[in-house]
Amino acid sequence: MAEEKITLAQVLHVAKLAMLELSDDEAAEMQKQLDAILAYMDGLDALDVSDVPPTFHSIPIDAPMRRDVVDRCADRAEILEQAPQSEAGGFAVPLVLEVDS
Amino acid sequence: MSRFPWQSAFAIRDGVEAGSMTAIEVTRAYLARAEALNSKLSCFLTIDHEGALAAASQVDRAREAGQPLGPLAGVPIALKDNLCTRGVRTTCASKILGDYIPPYDAHVVEALRAAGAVLLGKTNLDEFAMGSSNENSAFGDVHNPWALDRAPGGSSGGSACAVAAGLAPLGLGSDTGGSVRQPAAFCGITAIKPTYGRVSRYGLIAFASSLDQIGPMARSVREASALMQVIAGHDRRDATSANRETGDYLGACGRGVKGLRVGVVRELLGGLQDGDVRAAVEAALGGLEAQGAELVDVSLPHSEHAVSVYYLIAPAEASSNLARFDGMRYGLRVPGEDLAATYTKTRSAGFGPEVRRRIMLGTYALSAGYYDAFYLKAQRVRTLIRRDYDAAFERCDVVCTPTTPTPAFALGEKKGDPLQMYLADIFTLPPSLAGLPAISTPCGLSSDRLPIGLQLVAAPFEEERLCSAAQVVEDACGLVDSYPSGLG
Repeated sequence: MAEEKITLAQVLHVAKLAMLELSDDEAAEMQKQLDAILAYMDGLDALDVSDVPPTFHSIPIDAPMRRDVVDRCADRAEILEQAPQSEAGGFAVPLVLEVDS
Repeated sequence: MSRFPWQSAFAIRDGVEAGSMTAIEVTRAYLARAEALNSKLSCFLTIDHEGALAAASQVDRAREAGQPLGPLAGVPIALKDNLCTRGVRTTCASKILGDYIPPYDAHVVEALRAAGAVLLGKTNLDEFAMGSSNENSAFGDVHNPWALDRAPGGSSGGSACAVAAGLAPLGLGSDTGGSVRQPAAFCGITAIKPTYGRVSRYGLIAFASSLDQIGPMARSVREASALMQVIAGHDRRDATSANRETGDYLGACGRGVKGLRVGVVRELLGGLQDGDVRAAVEAALGGLEAQGAELVDVSLPHSEHAVSVYYLIAPAEASSNLARFDGMRYGLRVPGEDLAATYTKTRSAGFGPEVRRRIMLGTYALSAGYYDAFYLKAQRVRTLIRRDYDAAFERCDVVCTPTTPTPAFALGEKKGDPLQMYLADIFTLPPSLAGLPAISTPCGLSSDRLPIGLQLVAAPFEEERLCSAAQVVEDACGLVDSYPSGLG
């Protein structure tokens, strides 16, 4: 068998970084599919691009600055209506820090 | 209404203005047709009866009051469901946004409302616009109106299907690597992918921010060009929106191609396996030449790497953009025992298989130790792809290829093999990576009566040339008077 481009352990590590949970079957399937995709991408190795600058933006556009003035934003109540949970005019989220009382 | 449902946007607008039809009457007719056919086609995720009728009645009242009417007054339009519509559910065909109701309109939606268009509803797509067959929707497969067992293409498959099936004269989609052009080719309609920055992305739910553009879809080049006219232009709410004048796209449709240099990529044409596609493209080239265009050979030697480059860059950007879906501020939340578990459970339950695959691929390509080898390398090869076009545009004004290597493939045919699905994007990816404007317009039917699309690509902000050339192709070998049969 050819060398794996990505191992099952790497798949599980990347899933953790991406905040995704994969069942054993899903992880095995993901490993197989990503491995095939990455093997195809080996084709890029035929090119020596060490002297070629990267193109992060295809069309050069100056990053414009807006005037630093106070502006009205969207209505708070309307935004909070879309929150899974809200209270006291804010987003209600699971406990982030344990605080000793 | 004569020719319903196939009358043009122009005929509707003129009829409404002249008083031979009302916007309400037109809207009711399209709503009824959408309602009747959607169970067969699954192209709409939401049909907004109330909003559509309200917009139509506003147009009729304006006319009665003698007020000037907008360029799309009374014309129904179908919107891809990744464009935010105030008060109307916007799902991205994802469970994670299944009940999301945006508190604001996308820039293009504001522009459409101002032009008097009637927003019929929101169309199905591959989840978060990731896919080429529309089979990645969390809410069911869209069917190709020309043959229901075929894919409509993706990711704007719902809008393409709705327009091709006469459920709306106009549609909007978004295009990251071919997502308006490929479904347009599969469904036998015209779609424009504008130059990156030409149309504001404000309110388009982000997939890959350096590639995403919103594009018009219609059954004729002129209608697509008229819609382009309405949505193009600068918007300060999108930092990458180009601050330059827009063109006269509709006017350009009448300019012809005399003296236009059309670049033919012989190495791509020669490699085509599908004889029908090759013959249709040759016929379109013949049509252009007959009207005075000059055919010149050009080469895009690095486009063979476009699939690798795109499927590193777009997933990398997606993995970053989709980090915002964490169950805190909007959308689905699946509670876990702590914050991290809540993130993970929410995202795992909310994202479908292809979105997860791309997030994984992108996270991998950006992760420590792999960034240089994958992500950065892809961005360097992207430069080579861009330089290929720079060289080509020294010799020609537009580059011509098929839009897709084959006509519409069958639903299910490529679903189990993501790499095969990605490879089918080979012609639409290079112009996306280079930020260039491109159009897909029908240039014939295959032997089993499936539409074939021609892609034309121009230099940045030269959309007008695309409109001129595509109109000549439409006149020579378009499908303007043939429609999918058997829909009723």
